[in-house]
Amino acid sequence: MMAKPKPAIQTPPPAIVQVKSVSKTYPGGVEALRDVSLDFRQGQLTTLLGPSGCGKTTLLKIVAGLIPASGGEVVVDGKAVTGPGPERAIVFQDFALMPWATVLRNVAFGLELRGTPRAEREAVAEKYIGEVGLKGFENRYPHELSGGMRQRVGLARALAVQAKVLLMDEPFSAVDEQTRRKFQEDLLQLVAIERKTFIFVTHSIEEAVYVSDRIVLLHPRPGRISSIVEPDIPRDGDPEKIRRNTTYIDTVEAIWQGLKQYLD
Amino acid sequence: MKIGGFRIPMAASLIVWAVLWEVVGQTGASLIIPPLSAILARMFEIVPTPSFGAALLITGKAFLLGNAISIGVGVPLGILLGRSTIADRMILPWVTMFLSAPLSALVPVIMVIFGLGQTTIVMTVVMFAVWIIVLDTRAGVQGIAPSLVEMAQSFGASRWQAFTRIYFFAALPEILSGIRLGLIRAVKGVIIGQLLVSIVGFGSLFEIYLSRFLMEHFWALLFILFALAFAINEILVWLERKVEYYASSRH
Ligand SMILES: Nc1ncnc2c1ncn2[C@@H]1O[C@H](COP(=O)(O)OP(=O)(O)OP(=O)(O)O)[C@@H](O)[C@H]1O
Ligand SMILES: [Mg+2]
Repeated sequence: MMAKPKPAIQTPPPAIVQVKSVSKTYPGGVEALRDVSLDFRQGQLTTLLGPSGCGKTTLLKIVAGLIPASGGEVVVDGKAVTGPGPERAIVFQDFALMPWATVLRNVAFGLELRGTPRAEREAVAEKYIGEVGLKGFENRYPHELSGGMRQRVGLARALAVQAKVLLMDEPFSAVDEQTRRKFQEDLLQLVAIERKTFIFVTHSIEEAVYVSDRIVLLHPRPGRISSIVEPDIPRDGDPEKIRRNTTYIDTVEAIWQGLKQYLD
Repeated sequence: MKIGGFRIPMAASLIVWAVLWEVVGQTGASLIIPPLSAILARMFEIVPTPSFGAALLITGKAFLLGNAISIGVGVPLGILLGRSTIADRMILPWVTMFLSAPLSALVPVIMVIFGLGQTTIVMTVVMFAVWIIVLDTRAGVQGIAPSLVEMAQSFGASRWQAFTRIYFFAALPEILSGIRLGLIRAVKGVIIGQLLVSIVGFGSLFEIYLSRFLMEHFWALLFILFALAFAINEILVWLERKVEYYASSRH
């Protein structure tokens, strides 16, 4: 659509998550998704964007294996999804930290549930606590941390299980604007370093264009894909530059024009 | 409270009542109200006696055992009700019914089933304490943020892991307040049970004091029990405060 075609020499990375004509009708009759087919490519950050109620969270939860689809299937890494699995990890909007556990135990919790021996899982947790910039906070409790720091704990916990696919449902919406910008910049770095596949949900067009390799725009009632945008913005170099990049500004504007019609 | 510009602590009102009691008691107007000073003196006299020690021991045993059963049954049951709609539909009506029922009237039934001994007392304690623990635990579990449950699921937690590592701790503030209220009710339960069976523990002491019209002894024992109940309450309140921040896992 509004994105420039990528150079022909670049073959697109393989699809690690395949959503195949998934539909979802909640008990009670709300049709949240109708016939959604979508590929998420390895190593890329794909964003689900659309007005409230268009089924972003529903789709993410189906991919996570937390709720079943009413029709169609999701294939992750060659296997059909029947429930949660170790190749997927979630970063939650409200962080979902255990208030009674230290940062260290929270980060190691995924490994704890899998039965990884204590010393081993704590070593892994410490590594990721350092990676998200919380070194020295290992023995603090969540209520002693700021919102931004808590989400770093949530992120470290998702990274610690070494999942291939990270699912993030509005992970930055509960933190303040400055922290949010910093998070977006860190996220770009993370995508570059970790080589994981990110499925990201946001309400913010600017955020979507800033962080995404691909943006999937969803229609509401029932949720369907309306278009897919691949912002062709150079991600290397100064992160501040991106926000002044003309492609960035144009893409934001184009998506805004497209979404406007759904506002009542 | 302020009098003449001075702040008077709440406890000061107790002193007013205590003085009033002493004055009424000294006038000898009523046989059932002996002077407070005499009651206090009796308290120190009663406590070291072997009969008090024996009563305290047997009552304490029934109290602890009854509460242990109540907690052991009440907490898992409450978690179950909080997580399972079917179990909730089946069992909740009974819980609420027993919570508000005049339980003293049921003690004779327990007596018929379990005889005139310690078992009846223990069961009476359970009958008084368990329901509020179930109900509070259930409320705590229902208040858990859905995302915390999803988090555990997404990392592949088994049902057992979810119960023991998430639900229990997330509901701990409510569980503790349920246990605290249960303990207070259990004090009632143990005394009512002993009074009705009337040959055990403090029940038999009350029986002896009243039949011989030893009002000073009677009040002294009652005050000691009040003090014990108060102490139990305060300890639990202190514990609850320590885990209050767990409740930040609410939505
Ligand atoms: N558990 C549920 N039971 C019934 N209906 C639901 C349930 N969860 C979501 N829905 C409905 O499904 C539709 C899609 O919801 P969903 O939460 O996926 O939207 P969303 O795109 O994430 O919205 P938002 O941007 O507000 O988070 C909405 O109409 C919502 O009311
Ligand atoms: Mg949502």
